[in-house]
Amino acid sequence: MRERVAWSIILIWALAALIGPTLATGANVVDLDHILSWADAGGWLGYDDLGRPLGARLLVGARYSLLVAFWVVTVSASVGTTIGIVSAYIGGRTDHLIVRVIDIFLAFPGILLAIALAGLMGPGIDNVVFALSVVGWVGFARLARVQTLSLKHREHVQAAISLGSRSGRIMFKHLLPLLASPLIIEATFAVAGVVIAEAGLSFLGLGIQPPTPSWGSMIRDGTRYMLVSPHMVLVPGLTLMLVVLAINLLGDRLGDRLNVRRGGV
Amino acid sequence: MRGVFLPRLLSACVVVVGVCSLVFLLIHLVPGDPVEVILGESSQPADRAALRAALGLDQPIAVQYGHYLQQLAHLDLGQSMHSRKPVVDLLAERIPATIELAVAALTVAILIAVPLGIIAALNRDRVGDHAAMSFAMLGVSIPNFWMGPLLVLVFSLWLGWLPVSGRESSASLVLPALTLGTAMAAILSRMIRTTLLDVLGEDYIRTARALGLGRGRIILHHAMKNTLLPVMTLIGLQLGALLAGAVITEIVFSWPGIGQLTIEAIQRRDYPVLQGCVLIISLTYISVNTLTDVVTAWFDPRIRLRGD
Repeated sequence: MRERVAWSIILIWALAALIGPTLATGANVVDLDHILSWADAGGWLGYDDLGRPLGARLLVGARYSLLVAFWVVTVSASVGTTIGIVSAYIGGRTDHLIVRVIDIFLAFPGILLAIALAGLMGPGIDNVVFALSVVGWVGFARLARVQTLSLKHREHVQAAISLGSRSGRIMFKHLLPLLASPLIIEATFAVAGVVIAEAGLSFLGLGIQPPTPSWGSMIRDGTRYMLVSPHMVLVPGLTLMLVVLAINLLGDRLGDRLNVRRGGV
Repeated sequence: MRGVFLPRLLSACVVVVGVCSLVFLLIHLVPGDPVEVILGESSQPADRAALRAALGLDQPIAVQYGHYLQQLAHLDLGQSMHSRKPVVDLLAERIPATIELAVAALTVAILIAVPLGIIAALNRDRVGDHAAMSFAMLGVSIPNFWMGPLLVLVFSLWLGWLPVSGRESSASLVLPALTLGTAMAAILSRMIRTTLLDVLGEDYIRTARALGLGRGRIILHHAMKNTLLPVMTLIGLQLGALLAGAVITEIVFSWPGIGQLTIEAIQRRDYPVLQGCVLIISLTYISVNTLTDVVTAWFDPRIRLRGD
């Protein structure tokens, strides 16, 4: 039951990202008659401080949050996994060096590095994707490395080595498929993390820039008018929470099903 | 003994040097000219060249890097481009507020997580467990830049119990600490539940039960003691998330700490200050983690005695 609700939320999110912006043509139209006003027939979730309909802005924001999440997780998963597998497979000094680099990146707490990077490079969706990927690859690299270390002594890998298979083939044909379950779960939680991080950067004014709507900057705009129109904070925040909750829930269920325990939690 | 701690400290030192280098690279390779920021876009080329020379920015990057490490070794983080004050002084001004917030948030997290974790573990797969874990799920899914405004809306604007922002009275600490603490409480309570369930399946718990010890005594005296170490390790690791979360929480509540200074530095493109903030937060995180490792090893005879 819960799982079905979670899937529906994600489906709506994806649909909104796909066709939302075509439906929501009025997302950036300033309407002075509707400034800060509550919901009506035209704007079913109320209006913001410039009289723009929140519902339409949410739909457009959905596209950006999904886009950023998709790119960041794709880039960091492919780069991180490759580095992790190669490092563990080659071993020796290369592995030692890569472990050090991973440790150094992990020494920056949370999204601090992304905040600094996004701040230095200036706002914009490309920079957000870049900053979050620079932070994101580490988790995948660490996971892929640890898993490969325990898998590379398996018989089928040893057999492939003695049959003279090329290293690339062994890594991506014989090792990668065995890493798939933990990596998929890591990626699921990473999507939730990136959605929050993108909104966080936009909340700080370092992400997607106005007038383009982002859920994070909508929350920030809303905090200025909380007393008169709390819906400006409540609507985007609730949307963000539902999406993240749905992804986390599915990640948990997936973990139970694939029988993977996450480190630490 | 030494066999456990020394390698840990050494690798922490390597990470510290690495972090300092990465921060240097970050500041120097990312586009954006600090000289133009200081003098303004309409400044004369001659003035720019003069300032560049004065700041040492005209030298090769390797020389600049050496100079930077030398400065760091003397705990000199340079001068703010905005206020001209030494960065070390600016950081010292803001550190107490962030420590206050972090300690309060940590207290909130422990106060919520310990009972919640115990309730969940003792009622495994029953209503209590589901309720506690739903709360935990909600806690990790609500970002603090929404949690903060929500709490302000309810407790400051509607009920009028607590101040909206600032750091004037002790009451102003409540909402930021709650905002920052709940996310950590969520993760912590899940961890306590899992560890406690593992421990409760151990032989010595069965023995204690067979000896007729009361349930409360078994939980508090025998079981909780053994969840302490993994929980401590997790708290050390989570402190990173707490510090990063503090940046956003401080912005939400105008809390005058390091996080607010970081964002101010970004907005003013004040590179030395930004560099100082990132360094101090990361170095704190590394120190706490190393300390946690050492303390955990000290408390756990299985690790402590292995080196001897």
